[in-house]
Amino acid sequence: MADKLISKIPDGPLAEKWTKRKSELRLVNPNNRRKLEIIVVGTGLGGASAAASLGELGYNVKVFCISDSPRRAHSIAAQGGINAAKNYQNDNDAVYRLFYDTIKGGDYRSREANVYRLAEVSAAIIDQCVAQGVPFAREYGGYLANRSFGGVQVSRTFYARGQTGQQLLLGAYAALNRQVAAGTVTSYPRHEMLDLVIVNGQAKGIIARNLVTGKLERFGAHAVVIATGGYGNTYFLSTNAMNSNGSAAWQCYKKGAYFANPCFAQIHPTCIPVHGEQQCKLTLMSESLRNDGRIWVPKKMEDVMKLRKKEIKPSQIPEEDRDYYLERRYPAFGNLVPRDVASRAAKERCDAGYGVNETGLAVFLDFSDAIKRLGHQRVQERYGNLFDMYFKINNVSPWEEPMMIYPAIHYTMGGIWVDYDLQTTIPGLYAIGEANFSDHGGNRLGASALMQGLADGYFVLPVTIADYLSNKFAEPKTDINDPAFDEAEKAVQARIDKLFSIKGKKTVDSLHKKLGNIMWEYVGMARSEEGLKKAIEEIKELKKEFYEDVCVPGDQYQFNQELEKALRLEDFFEIGELMARDALNRNESCGGHFRIESQTEEGEAKRDDANYMYVAAWEYKGEDKEPELHKEPLKYEFIEVKTRNYKE
Amino acid sequence: MDFNLKIWRQKNAHEKGHFETYHISGIEEDASFLEMLDILNEQLIREGNDPVAVERGCQSSGPVSFDHDCREGICGACSLYIDGRAHGPDDHVTTCQLFMRHFKDGATITVEPFRSPAFPIIKDLVVDRSAFDKILQAGGFISVRTGAAQDGNAILIPHEDAEKSMDAAACVGCGACVATCKNGSAMLFVAARVSSLALLPQGRPEAARRAKNMVAKMEELGFGGCTNTRACEMECPKGISIDHIARLNREFLKAKFRD
Repeated sequence: MADKLISKIPDGPLAEKWTKRKSELRLVNPNNRRKLEIIVVGTGLGGASAAASLGELGYNVKVFCISDSPRRAHSIAAQGGINAAKNYQNDNDAVYRLFYDTIKGGDYRSREANVYRLAEVSAAIIDQCVAQGVPFAREYGGYLANRSFGGVQVSRTFYARGQTGQQLLLGAYAALNRQVAAGTVTSYPRHEMLDLVIVNGQAKGIIARNLVTGKLERFGAHAVVIATGGYGNTYFLSTNAMNSNGSAAWQCYKKGAYFANPCFAQIHPTCIPVHGEQQCKLTLMSESLRNDGRIWVPKKMEDVMKLRKKEIKPSQIPEEDRDYYLERRYPAFGNLVPRDVASRAAKERCDAGYGVNETGLAVFLDFSDAIKRLGHQRVQERYGNLFDMYFKINNVSPWEEPMMIYPAIHYTMGGIWVDYDLQTTIPGLYAIGEANFSDHGGNRLGASALMQGLADGYFVLPVTIADYLSNKFAEPKTDINDPAFDEAEKAVQARIDKLFSIKGKKTVDSLHKKLGNIMWEYVGMARSEEGLKKAIEEIKELKKEFYEDVCVPGDQYQFNQELEKALRLEDFFEIGELMARDALNRNESCGGHFRIESQTEEGEAKRDDANYMYVAAWEYKGEDKEPELHKEPLKYEFIEVKTRNYKE
Repeated sequence: MDFNLKIWRQKNAHEKGHFETYHISGIEEDASFLEMLDILNEQLIREGNDPVAVERGCQSSGPVSFDHDCREGICGACSLYIDGRAHGPDDHVTTCQLFMRHFKDGATITVEPFRSPAFPIIKDLVVDRSAFDKILQAGGFISVRTGAAQDGNAILIPHEDAEKSMDAAACVGCGACVATCKNGSAMLFVAARVSSLALLPQGRPEAARRAKNMVAKMEELGFGGCTNTRACEMECPKGISIDHIARLNREFLKAKFRD
């Protein structure tokens, strides 16, 4: 069914595509919007902004989240900033340049038209957020301030201290609250979507578990929007929140939505290193720190040994004995190379034995030069809260000694396949934000996730979904007693019953940890054919172990966090397997996906445009059957495809 | 490190709760408080599986439920009252940023939920804070439609005002202020939102109305009044100052004056 992959990209010049598409899209008149119901699952930047904007337009919106309040979605934790092509700095930024940087940063594995649209609406996002009262950083004259992020040579990142995601989400959440008060949006916190309901080939509702009562509930609508983020927690240890999961997206996949580029996972270079066996969560230190921080390891092995034995402090190592390896290898971008490049370079130094902590898996991020150059006050303003956070966790002050950092799983570029309208291969089912695959290719640039979530939610989806809904207002409301709902609910109930019936001895977390180890080892920063095949086998084994020996205590009809985790882990096993399968298929190195078989003599990633310049969209074929690969070729009509070069 | 944990257990909103005591050992001092609870839960699940342990009376209520998510101090989900303090003995942290090095080896640690009539218990240490959402729905926003905004630089905001607004906007909505206040007041929470928006030109048109409506909603939902004990400010994980309550009061009085 390869014909399902119709991207609906409009013809014509790049800069006119979005305008053209908007002019073609059908509308729904305000009186008819009232008759239409839309389900939005997830309340991060994408979900909250979409639900609020759809509510404002007059649709009846039901919005779901697993936390106790929409405000706690994981977008809240984004630190550094949000990009926009405002050119307020007069540094020759433009929509085209933001588009170009994003395509190049994604290693030429994203769609030109989607990325251009993202850049095009970026400026309006900042305006919208300012109007909502987001307290972005301001210059003394009252104008908006900017900083720089990895992979670019301009300053286009807007920020609110190290809490930009929080402030943007509170803006979207406020807009959502306004609509809840107005009665257009109904909010369902502590509800988890466990299945998608399809009636006559169209997405018509969901089955959700009320996490307080444990009851399964049915919700019908004319369209369903998935905004549930990424699947980074497949790795167990990641910078994602503990409850972030891939399950809603995965249920859509199992109901027929294609899943695209699952192997594209971003490994963020600046995270706090793993400290021990008892850890369950990795903490990110914002990429903005690389604006002023310098990354290094010692040049001499003897210094490394002394550091590990705590015989010397890093600040005692003289300048000439430090290897600022990013500045050495990539002089043009230095410490601000994209995330995938910085992560691999850290791994390279640590693999060579220069890791600076006891585990050998850490490098330094040093602010001593910045403090000398800018003074305490300005460094405090820029990074004060990040320094505090680092100190609280590690008991070491970045004012005195460099931070220790190491790469960790942070974001997933892959996700549900969508067309230019953000519609999946299932009619009436849309996916936005990190949950879709569309804008970041093989690697996402810093400060672009917030941009994409809000672009989709405020400006793209509310316009495109009208086209689908334009002939639906005459249809009756979805009947939640339809046999399709019975069937979906029965299937979910069977899943839950099965989990309780196992009565094994192993905890959910202990098995999730094992999955994480397999993923990090074989589907992490360096992947090989042999390793990936091994991963697929080991995940299958582990899944067997899970179904034979997992213990889910308590019962369904209560607040039961172990049951929640068990249901999510079932899906993580399958997601992990598909990630490995996709990584195995893609025998090239590109963006965050590094196949050791495909590298240059210098150890840089080697792309294979002749064979892999496509989106890999996977179709579910049933339990224990191999999924089918469909290819959407990527055409670059407006930019020249080059080898990424951050050296000159 | 070893600890005795005295933890509040409550099956649901309707049944009575009680304390249960557990012993835990082998905790790294760099482990966070919530990681320690994760380890306890692993232990409780395993013991629940072990007939000998159950016979010994090791556990009866299964793993302990507690709210948590980002584990980096920003989502505001975690909400534990530890040894008589919201978010425990360290200053200006959420529970997830509390580390075991702040406790003495061998100590007995008491863990309770955030208690307030406005925050009913759902299970064990998990409470229902949806009252906070309702307060914000009563006016914690600027009425702007998507797409209606002018250029961001057309509204000039002095650096100091943006910073002050940000200080208030840092509220994570955890409810420590309510749990700490002897009156169970949500004034600091309300003030943080009102003040953050009132300090910005965009927020001025609705400032008075916002203050009035949010305070009215707060009172309606069963939160107490403010008697300036400053306990909230002491325990706020984000160090939000009660100066913002003064600003809320100014806006509130303005609104009343207009009525």
